[in-house]
Amino acid sequence: MKVGVVTFPGTLDDRDAARAVGAAGGSAVALWHGDADLKGVDAVVLPGGFSYGDYLRCGAISRFAPVMEKIIDGANGGMPVLGICNGFQVLCEAHLLPGALTRNHELHFLCRDQKLVIENTSTAWTSSFSQGQEVVIPLKNGEGSFQCDDKTLTALESEGRIVARYVGENPNGSRNLIAGITNERGNVVGLMPHPEHAINTLTGPSADGLGFFTSVLKAMVK
Amino acid sequence: MGKIVVEVMLKPEILDPQGTAVSAALPRLGFTFAKSVRQGKRFEIEVDGEPTQAQLAEVEKAAEKLLANPVIETYVVKAEK
Repeated sequence: MKVGVVTFPGTLDDRDAARAVGAAGGSAVALWHGDADLKGVDAVVLPGGFSYGDYLRCGAISRFAPVMEKIIDGANGGMPVLGICNGFQVLCEAHLLPGALTRNHELHFLCRDQKLVIENTSTAWTSSFSQGQEVVIPLKNGEGSFQCDDKTLTALESEGRIVARYVGENPNGSRNLIAGITNERGNVVGLMPHPEHAINTLTGPSADGLGFFTSVLKAMVK
Repeated sequence: MGKIVVEVMLKPEILDPQGTAVSAALPRLGFTFAKSVRQGKRFEIEVDGEPTQAQLAEVEKAAEKLLANPVIETYVVKAEK
């Protein structure tokens, strides 16, 4: 099972994302932002970082990279796509997910181990978890506050499209404590915290993040 | 040389922590006039000669597609001398 990991100029977490894919039993394929070529991958991870220096808005310029045209086509055709942090911002800018990520409400860049509750286990990226399972994975971003209009929020809630929520105090001002959402089909997931940094206890706070990557491998076997 | 200006603001219902921080800093410096502050972006686009209606329409499209994110922002396009 081949999982593409995209590198934009300014991407930071592509190595960890590729390592997480490998640890889950898949093979990671490096994808370059400038190539409109998915190299035959079965799924794609848009990793975290500061693509294009976060200029204009986070993800706003990356969204028009040549590789994104292919990813948007693939996602619309059902290919699993996971956007982590900056990747989540890119997915929102690309309108593959609703809403937008804005500056943390207290303006601080946060970097900490964050408890989340997994609320939707039917997506391509969360089937390894159990409903209501609590996980601890790192949260590290300056613009992680999920915002959308009331109508979108109601739709996300009523359709069960909140994938993960922050547990405890709201870290960044996200509406309804939203840490991650999915599209209607469940193949595209955006997540602010970083599961790729929590795949073993030697380098992360837990191995809880691995579940996102094992989930997609299971989804692709089906 | 003509200029087309695009001003982008967060929608009123979207929290603006930067504006709030500026608003909190003003009274500390003795400026007590501000009830609230919201911070936005301004793009200045130079064109040859007076901006034409066609150019303004193109910039409008660019604002919708790239310069602003209509999910959270509003924008105004205008010609400036």
